[in-house]
Order: sequence, then structure tokens, then C-alpha cells
Amino acid sequence: MLKKYSYNSNKGSSLKGLLFLSLIFSVLLTQNVAMAQDAGTTIPSDEAVISSGEKLFKANCTVCHAVNEKVVGPALKDVHKRRDVAWITAFVKNSQKVISSGDPYAVKLYEEFNKTQMTSFDFADEEILSIVAYLKAESEKEPVAAAPVAGDTTGGAVATEQEPSGMVNILMIVILIILVLILVVLAMIISVLKKYLSQKDELAEEDKEIVNQTFDVVALVKSNAFLGLVAFIFTAIVLKSVIDGLFTIGVQQGYEPTQPIAFSHKIHAGDNQIDCNYCHTGVRKSKNANIPSPNICMNCHSAIKTESPEIQKIYAAVENNQPIEWVRIHNLPDLAYFNHSQHVAVGEIECQTCHGPIEEMDVVYQYAPLTMGWCINCHRETDVNAKGNEYYDNLVELHAEHSKEPMKVEDIGGLECAKCHY
Amino acid sequence: MKETKKQYWKGLEELTKNPEFEKNAEKEFPEYLPINGESEGTGASRRDFLKLMGFGVAAASLAACETPVRKAIPYLNKPADVDPGIPNYYATTYVNGNDYCSVVVKTREGRPIKVAGNKLSSVSGGGTSSQVEASVLSLYDKERLKGPELDGKSVSWADLDKEVAKQLASAGKIALISNSVFSPSTLAAIDQLKSKYAGIEHIQYDQVSFSGILSANEKSFGSRVVPSYDFSKADTIVSFDADFLGNWLNHTLHSKQFAQTRRLSDKKKTMSRLYSFESNLSLTGSNADYRSGIKPSEQATYVANLYNLIAAKAGASKVSAPKLADTAVLTKAANDLWASKEKSLVVSGSNDENVQVIINAINNLLGCYSSTIDLAASVNTRKGNDTQMVNFIKSLNAGNYGGVLFFNCNPVYDHALGSKLAEGLKKAKFTLSTSDRKDETTSLVKALAPDSHYLESWNDFEAVAGKFSFSQPTISPLFDTRQAGESFLAWAGNSTSYYDFLKNKWSAGQSGDAQGFWDKTLQDGVIENTIEASAATFSADLNAAAKGLSTTGSDIELVVYENYSVGNGTQANNPWLQEMPDPITKAVWDNYLTISPAMANELGLELGDMKTQLVTLTVGNQTVKLPALVQPGQAKGTVGVAIGFGRTKAGKVANGVGVNAYPLISYKSGAQNLNVTSGVKVEMSGEEYRIAQTQTHQTYMGRENVIQESILSKYQKDASAGRSQPMISTYSGKEKPGAISLWSGHEYPNHHWGMTIDLNSCTGCGACTVSCQAENNVPVVGKEEVLNRREMTWLRIDRYYSFDEEIVDSKGGALAKNAAMEVAAAENPEVTFQPMMCQQCNNAPCETVCPVAATNHSTEGLNQMAYNRCIGTRYCANNCPYKVRRFNWFKYHDNDQFAENTSMNNDLGKMVLNPDVTVRSRGVMEKCSFCVQRIQAGKLGAKMEGRRPVDGEITSACAASCPSEAIVFGDMKDPNSRISQMLKLEEGENGPEVKEPRAYHVLEELSVKPNVWYFTKIRNKENEKQG
Repeated sequence: MLKKYSYNSNKGSSLKGLLFLSLIFSVLLTQNVAMAQDAGTTIPSDEAVISSGEKLFKANCTVCHAVNEKVVGPALKDVHKRRDVAWITAFVKNSQKVISSGDPYAVKLYEEFNKTQMTSFDFADEEILSIVAYLKAESEKEPVAAAPVAGDTTGGAVATEQEPSGMVNILMIVILIILVLILVVLAMIISVLKKYLSQKDELAEEDKEIVNQTFDVVALVKSNAFLGLVAFIFTAIVLKSVIDGLFTIGVQQGYEPTQPIAFSHKIHAGDNQIDCNYCHTGVRKSKNANIPSPNICMNCHSAIKTESPEIQKIYAAVENNQPIEWVRIHNLPDLAYFNHSQHVAVGEIECQTCHGPIEEMDVVYQYAPLTMGWCINCHRETDVNAKGNEYYDNLVELHAEHSKEPMKVEDIGGLECAKCHY
Repeated sequence: MKETKKQYWKGLEELTKNPEFEKNAEKEFPEYLPINGESEGTGASRRDFLKLMGFGVAAASLAACETPVRKAIPYLNKPADVDPGIPNYYATTYVNGNDYCSVVVKTREGRPIKVAGNKLSSVSGGGTSSQVEASVLSLYDKERLKGPELDGKSVSWADLDKEVAKQLASAGKIALISNSVFSPSTLAAIDQLKSKYAGIEHIQYDQVSFSGILSANEKSFGSRVVPSYDFSKADTIVSFDADFLGNWLNHTLHSKQFAQTRRLSDKKKTMSRLYSFESNLSLTGSNADYRSGIKPSEQATYVANLYNLIAAKAGASKVSAPKLADTAVLTKAANDLWASKEKSLVVSGSNDENVQVIINAINNLLGCYSSTIDLAASVNTRKGNDTQMVNFIKSLNAGNYGGVLFFNCNPVYDHALGSKLAEGLKKAKFTLSTSDRKDETTSLVKALAPDSHYLESWNDFEAVAGKFSFSQPTISPLFDTRQAGESFLAWAGNSTSYYDFLKNKWSAGQSGDAQGFWDKTLQDGVIENTIEASAATFSADLNAAAKGLSTTGSDIELVVYENYSVGNGTQANNPWLQEMPDPITKAVWDNYLTISPAMANELGLELGDMKTQLVTLTVGNQTVKLPALVQPGQAKGTVGVAIGFGRTKAGKVANGVGVNAYPLISYKSGAQNLNVTSGVKVEMSGEEYRIAQTQTHQTYMGRENVIQESILSKYQKDASAGRSQPMISTYSGKEKPGAISLWSGHEYPNHHWGMTIDLNSCTGCGACTVSCQAENNVPVVGKEEVLNRREMTWLRIDRYYSFDEEIVDSKGGALAKNAAMEVAAAENPEVTFQPMMCQQCNNAPCETVCPVAATNHSTEGLNQMAYNRCIGTRYCANNCPYKVRRFNWFKYHDNDQFAENTSMNNDLGKMVLNPDVTVRSRGVMEKCSFCVQRIQAGKLGAKMEGRRPVDGEITSACAASCPSEAIVFGDMKDPNSRISQMLKLEEGENGPEVKEPRAYHVLEELSVKPNVWYFTKIRNKENEKQG
């Protein structure tokens, strides 16, 4: 799963503060060690380099590596302490060359990871350095930051979304109680006044009528005004529910079909903390997030849980050359264009914002309504992730000229038809 | 430019004010609802309506309750370089017979969906043609053969190979028939086959032969080649019926070269001058500064006379030539040619070697062989030898051949002696074809070894000597087909795959990183070497050539030509091409006899709106009945008919469309002759016929200034020459239309997309229209619906004819409206092409009238159209001054009624659809979106890399395909973009102002402020009016 704390700039300000503190703390703690290790090539600690390293890492490396856990390849935490930059550069560029040169460390790694070859990457030296810089930065902040986040697994967006509606409800209830109280008081006043008037004898005829008025329920029920009112209310309610019902046609919120293989996101993304990007390879670069093909499953399941009947189904699919037919849960209509990379890579939106607490789902269900109103609402509320992206520089400047609010997606044309419909 | 009251018209019906046309011109569609067979008399009752509506509501809600379960099926083993949702691009080469283009193919999820030009190729120049653009749909043609067959039964390749090897060994004399083959590796494979079976003889023919040029060059320079022509270096060009902008030789490159000489800017205020002498009105003739209509029989006389005029200046000896009555234009051409010596070029489309020898002599005198003509860079796409082919057919009928192999050709259909060939085939023991379908030839042979489509194949090509281009597959073969090259190898007993064969051949001579070389080669798609030209010495016997010229003509002469949509007919089963309006006649789904207005008068042909009559055309002993189309500019005494139609076995789309004109072609002393100069008769048959022509659809109701043009000398004095500057009256006097506005205008903080179209560069070829169709999933509607004016094209090219000023004035000032006058005007009109698509108006009239705001404005200057919001009132189309909005009258997809719309009506065809563009349904309006999907993709790419988009990386499909680069698309907010530079954008009081004097808006007086700018057309004509 995509780690929350790295994208948390939009929400959870208290969390951010804590994170910041812990970061400073961790940096203070580790600084000395790091300095000593960097004697060979200095690993830059420049923000820009780290962020470009982060991009490269997420786009290319997360398929096999994570910072803290072993995935297909080793965990890369503190890799800069274990190996020098020159070695890392050589290994990334052509691991086989390093291994065949007889480098003991490389050979050991190769043996340890079942002789899995690492793909060669044609990076420039600076690019590898930036990745190392990113890993260094991550290694330094990781252990302290991870603790407070672990408990809070639900998406931050969920909590914030419910806040305003709760307030409104309480307000409504209070107003209702006050109104009822007023009604009671008014009724009491009327009865007191009536009593007082009925004791007087010299009342006019009209007044007497009012005082002695008996509430004729039958007449009221038969009166045209009442019938009209009831008919109106009835029709209004029916119409409203019909319209509401019609609006839900095609909205499959909560849709939770049974899948051909009982795959659990809870086990993979939740318990084992596998990055979403590891299986959904397209999510940062393509329109489609991509449902993983069995060859990705095989990276791990060639060794893990091979006896499980569910895993056997994957083997069967591969052996019979029969693709797995998953039931599609999120069915956006064809007329709407949605691009994952725009939201995940450019906007840095968390997966959970739209997909909900996916890391808690044994069976995936459709969390968001996926209606146009829902899309647009988010475009109204979300700030553009413009920081460090030259594309937006001019727009941010223009926006700042006439507004103190942060630039929302809406402000740069995010509500226009042809952004999603063409 | 007040004095030019030129009248523009789109067709004769408009010029002659045909009452039927006048009636319909006011309306968007000729008929109103109901659109489907009116119910007789009574009509549906109210109760029926309620019943139907009740049922409809119930059915709709029932259907909506049950959401269908949709499957998501990932790859079983995802290929490393295919990512769903991300397009891959591969450089490859389009070759179809002798048509060639180096291309880059866009694939999505492993299926090719769009073809674009390869900018690295100097042979095709980075542009495409309509044929190239449409070829991706031909890949998904359901009528292609599914696998090898033997005697009508499906067999395996192994069984076929066994049988073929056996038959070839015993057949004796064998002919391998093909169009020009210019793939070195294929030729090498054929050589292996030839060396295995000594009896094989390779005979090449071309549908439109260049053997005249080949023989002439053999006589003149001792080498049997077609040279490369460089029009970009020519200041004066004279073309005798050589349609080098349309379909003559390497037309994509020629268009680019020609456009280079026509482009004007502050730095370059000169342009080339083109003279054209031709019979049919061709694209070249339409773009000519001086066009003369001549009979085909007169061409030789004109050429000989031109030679004598040039020879007189050069001091060379003259040849004997018949006298010409009117030599004014020819003399002028000769003077210009001589004045721009060494920067001139004379070309002829004649296949008579004597004519071509004299053309060579003229070019030699003008010194062209060291500048505009390169004999060393010979063009290999036309190597066909007419004599050999004719002799083969005779010999086959005489029973001299035991076997015939057809390599991707269809001579039974596209050779004049096709019917004789068909008879002769019965005498051969063994016949085989590699064609992709059971066409006219293939249906007569015993063994079928279908070749793969070019998008499924490996290959190399040498279209021009030294310049290589490569093909690589962009998809696995859809059917059980095998590359012809591999078949040849297999039959030769060589079991190497064609890929290995090709790779070994190219890697052989490589020292160093062979794999790196191969990868780079495939990535680029081209390897280009220059062959040094050696000095050419002209050594032909001119007098003999002059004596050999045939100049006898008759009253009516026939010219058989290749049109610009269906071409030579090999891709006839492609509906995109069938529905592409021919750039000149604007007709779709038909061929016809083009006749001059004068001949129409003589015949008494009555025309209506898209209505004409069938005529009987007799050529020698052959008679065909076909509709007559009155074509302004058709030379007097000539008629024209296009090849490529009248297919009988091409497939459902093409079968029965038009008539086959190939049999009308004759052979004169062994050489193919597209002109029939005697024995032609045209008679009225009295039967009515309708030709679907788009020319009169969407007229401008006679509003002026749609086309703005001038001549070069005026432009040189004043760059704004020809511009109409409309003024409007305001309370404070006359103002420019933009000065006051009801609209409050738009702000464009981020991008402001715009387009410029240079009318000077646009040759009207129509590649952009097919490109648009492929990119934007535009449906094909069929002939019937085009007749109903319901074509769906987002981009059309308006072709306007105009009076030559001289004719108007010589008739005495005010135009006398009589038939004779109109015929004179239509005899040889000037032609202007204007690509017209949604102008993306800033003050868009369509937006203000939409009741549901389905069409509205974006912050990037786009006039966006939300299909799902549209309720189909068609108010927007009514309010659009440019008539560019299209209404979906029907559901064109998954609808058997529109079976010809193959890209949306069968599983295979649907693979060509662009997954990023919605397939529109019935009842909604649609129009050009400025390729918003490309804009969005380009922006996203830039955002992902954290930068601004680079100029040129975001472009529309039409601009990308344009061979002459007439269309330029870009961001007007970027001051350094090409479009900003061309328009000379400057910040003014009310936003950016365009300072380029040639740039204008169509219908500027409406002040709708389009984002499409047209550049005035400048003709390189003399100012004969002394004005």
C-alpha cells in the first residue's frame, strides 16, 4: 500500500506535526552514523534530489523492493551503510556483472534470494545517487514515524468527510427540541387564556364561538384543505423516493461480488504491507491500475503457500493457459475518462481516498459511489498538488494574485466537461 | 481588394442556380422527420403512443435494475513492454503494391489503432496519405483469408508446402507475377526460389505503369530507372498530366516539397509557379497557377512545342512538331522555365516513351539533371514492364506456362487484359496466390498461401536507391497467414524464418554491436545512405522520338485515371476510403464519367441536386453504363473515368460499387496507355441516377470572404493583399467586428489551443480527413445517408471553384447570368481547398443556444461537447455559421443496417477503435474536439515529468498527417510555439492580437472569434488587370 505519511500534506495536521517532530528526532539520532558512512561519495540530502529519487524508486524499484521489508529483493533500509555508492551503481546497472566478478557480498545476496536475477536498469549515475539519497532519507525517518501511523489504518478522508455532517445533525436536533418546547409553551398559554375567558360572562357572540370551539376532527379530515395537503405530502414523498431511487440506478456502491479466487487485500496490503504498486503496476503510469497477471502472483507464490487451494487455482490457470476472469467491481461508464496516473502520480492521492480501507477488506467492495457528483465534489475540495511540479508554477502564481485560498482542482478547470468526457 | 468581386461556388448546381439545389440549400437536411419509412396515412394513434411509452418505461427500468456482471481479465503472463492503457509506437513501413510510406504505428493493448508518418524518413517526408491512414482498418477486414487453402479446402501450411514443392518441381515453365517488388530481402527470397526451380520467371507489372519513363531514361541516359524529383528546388514547374500532388510516384513527398516552395513569410516572399496541362481536373491542376485543359492526343504536340521554345533559347536544334493554335500559355511557361534555369522541372504523366524522351531533353536543356532530378537516387516503386506482362498473358493462353504464382497482385481485376488472363489460367497446371482475400484472381487459383498484412510482417524496403525502410509487426497475425517471403523460403527448401533471414542479412556486414545496430534500425525504421550522383549525359535520338509521337485525336477522348480515395482499388474494401469524398468531385461510393459542362449541354444532360443520368460509354467494342458527373475544368472533348471501382470479389463493402475501368485501358506498342484517343462514344441512356456528392452540403448561403486570396505581386507590395477587412457600424462610427461584443470573453490562464491552416500549402489531398476518422471513431454512414446529407465527418475539405477575373470582365462588367456565361466560367475555373472543422469559437454561437449546456467553453479555448448531456435539439447545428456540427441520426455501431461501417459493426473491426474516444450513440450532436484526448494525454505526460509541454508534442491528428504541413496546431499561450510565431501574437489591450497580415477568420464579421486561423491563398499569377 502507498504509505500514508508521505502523502499526508492535505490532511491530519496533528499527525503531520508529530511526524515532523519524530523526523527531527530521528535525524538527530542517526546523523553521526550517516556522516561517517558518507566518506566515499557524498549522498545529497537536497529535497529536490530526494524527491526525484522517490519518483524513480516508486516507478521502477517498488516492484521488487521495499524500504523496510524483504519483498522479492532485500529490504533497502540503510543500504547506504551496507554498501558504498559505487557498488550500488554497478549492481543496479548490471547485477550479473558484479556477481560474476566474484564480489562476495553480491554472490551471497544472489544465493540468499534463490538466484533471482535483478533486472539491469539503464540509469545515469546521478539518478542512482538520487535513489540512494531517497533511501537514505527514508531509512532515517522510517522507524519512528511508522509507529503512530500503524494504528490509524482508515483513510484520513473518511474521518474528515463525516465531521461536518455530524455537526449539522446535532444542530438540527437542538433546534428541533427548542421548537417543540416553544410549541408546548404556546399550547399552555392558549389553554390558560381560554380558561380565563370562559370564566367571563359578557363575551361577544364571536368570541364565545372561539372559546367554546370544539375541535372537530372529522370535519377537518374531510376538509378539502386537509385532503389537499395530505395528497401533496404523499405525492411529494413518493416522487422524492422515486427520484432518489432512479439516481441509484447504475450506482453500485457497496457492490461486493464473489471473485473466482478468494484473494484478500487484507492479507496482502494490510498484514503484509505490500505496496499497491507492486501488483497494480499501471497505477502510477497508466490510465489503468491493472489487475495483476498471474506471473506477478508467481513472484511470491512460487514459494509461499503453494498448498493453498486458492493458490492452486492460479497454478491451474497458468497450466491451462486460461486467464482468470475476475468480476469487475468498479464500473465507470464508458463515457467517462478516468486516469489513475493523473491522480496517483501527479495528484498524489491515496488509493484509500477512492477505494476505501482496502487494506482491511478480505473481499473488495465498491467503497465510493463513483457518481459524477462524487467526482466533482472531490475536485472542488482537493488542493492541486502543485509543489515541485513546474507545470503548475504559472498557474499557482496567477491563482495567488486573486485568492488567498489554496488552489483547488476546480480552479484550474477541473470541473470542465472535456476533462473527463471526450 | 475591393475590385475582386470573385464569385465562389462549390458545384455547378450552385453556379447555375439549379432550383432543386436552391430549395435544399436553405435547409440543413432535405427531408424532415419522420426519417424511417412514413407510416401510411393515419399514422400512429395516441393510444399506440401511450402503449409504447408505457412499455418503454417498464423495459427501461427493468433493464436498469439488473446491472450486468462485467469481467476484468488480466493477461495470463503480461508481456514486459505492453501496459494496458499506455500506447506503444512502432516504426514500420506501409507498402501496398507500389504505394509506399514510412510510418509510425500507435498500438494500444497490442493492437494497432492509428498510423502516422515517420518524420525520420526523407523518402515519404513524414506525412501520410488517405490510403496510408486507412490501411489500419484493412488489417481488421473480416474478409481476409483465414488460412492456407488447396483446391478450396483448408489445409495446414506443412501440407501446402509439400504440395507446392511437388507442383513447382513438375510444372515446367512458371511465372511469378507481382507488382513492383522493392524489398531487397523479398527479392533475395525470390532468387532462392528461382535458383531452386529453374523454370521460374519473375514478371512485374504496375496498375499504372511507368514503363514510358523507364524506357525513355534507358534511351536518354543508358539506365532504366525512374529518377527522384525534387520539387522543393524548383521555381518553375510544368506538368503535363503528371499528378504529382495526387498519385503520381512519391506524392506524399512531392506534396511536402511543393508546399515548401509555396510557403510565404516576411523572410521569403517568393514562391514557385506551377503550370499544368491536363485533361481531367486533378489535384495538381487545381493547385496550378496556370492550368490549361488539353486533350490527351494534344499532349505530345504541346511537349514538342515546349521543347522547340526552350531549344530556341538554348541554341539547340529544333524537332519537327505540329503547329499549335494558341501558344500563349506555353510560351509563358517556356520563358519562366528558361528564366529559372536549373531551378525548374518539367514532368509528364504520359507512358509514351517518345514523349518522355522529349521531356528528358527539355529538362536536360534546363540543367535539371544537376539540381531537381536525381538519376542516381532511382525510385524503385515502379519497375513494371508492360511488354513482359502482355507477352506473358498471350503466352499463357498459348499454353506455354505450367504454373503461375501471384504474389500479392490481382491482375484479373486490375490489368486491362484481365479477362484473357482469367481464361489462360485454366491452361496452367498449377496456380497459386498469396493475396489476402479471395479476390478476382485468387478465386481462380488452386493454392492459396495468404500473406500477412503489412502490420503483421517483417520486411525491408528500398523505395529509393540507398534509402532503406523497415517493417516490423505491430500485432501477431490475426489469422493463420504467413509472410510471402517466408513462404518463398519454405518452397525453396530453406527453413529459416523470414525474421532470421532478414536479420542475418542486415547484421551480416555489421562490425561491433550487431544487436544494438538492429535495435536502433527497428526503432528508427529507416537507414538512409546517399548515393552520389554522377553527371548525366543525354544521348537519345530526339528526331526519332519526335517522329514517333502520335498526335491524332478525335472528338471525344477518354482519360482513365486513379482517384484520391480508393486509388487503384487494392484497398477498395475499406469503407473509410469509399466514404472519403474525392477531393475534386466530392463524390463518395461511386465512380462516374467526368464530362465537361459543354458536353453536358450538348448531350442535354439535366442535373438536379446530386441527381444525374446514366450514360453509355463505348470504347472500341466495350460498353459500360455509368453515371455522368459534370466536372468544371474537364478539358473540352474529353471524358474521364476512375479505376479502382467495380470490384466483384473484394468484399461486402466494395463489391458492386461503380464500374471497372481497367478493361478500357489499351496497349500501344507494348506500353500501357491510359488514354483512349479514338473510338470513344458517349450516349444518354435516359435513366436517372444519384451520385452522393458532399459538395453542396453545408453551403455558406453565398456569404463572401470565406476564401480570401490574392496574387504574388500584390502580396509582395502589401502582405495583407486579398484580405477582407469587414467593418461594422457602431454608435461611435465604423469599427472592426471584434471591437464590440455581447460576450464577456474568456480568460485562458493555462493553455490556449489554436490552429492555423495555410491555404497556400493545402493541396486538398484529404489525408487529414481519414486521419480524423481513425483518431476520433467517426462512423461511416453509407451512400444512402450521404445522399440524405447525414455524413458524420468532423473534418471536411471544402473545394471552391471561382471565376477567372479576366472572363468576368471581358463579358462586360456586370455578370450576365446566362447559361453560356456559366459554362464559360466553369470551363477552367480556379480551385481553392479549405479544410473546415469546428472553429472552436471564443464567442461560440452554439454554446449560447444549447438548452442543457451540453456544449460549453473550456479554460483552454476549447468548445467542448459532452455527448451524454446532449438531448439532441440540434439548435447548435442550426446556429453554427460553419456547419461543422454533425447529428447522429442513427446508432451506427452494433447495427446491421450499417454493416458497411465495419469499424463498429464486427468484433474484428472494433479493434481499430480508439479506446480514449467515446463511440457516440443515436440522438446526440458531435463535432471536432481539437483532438482533446491528445491534448489531455500530452498534458498528463508533461505533468508526470514535472514540466511544461514542449511545442509539437501535442498536436491534432489532422496536423500530424498533413504531408504538406498546411495545418499547424499548438498553444497560443506559449510565445515560442510555432503557431504563436506564425500568427505573430502580441499582447494587446484586449488580450493577444494577431499581427500576421495573411491570417484571417472565416466570416470575421460575425465576431465569433474562432481559434482557427486561415492564411490567405496567394497564387503566383501575373497581374493582367494592371490594377
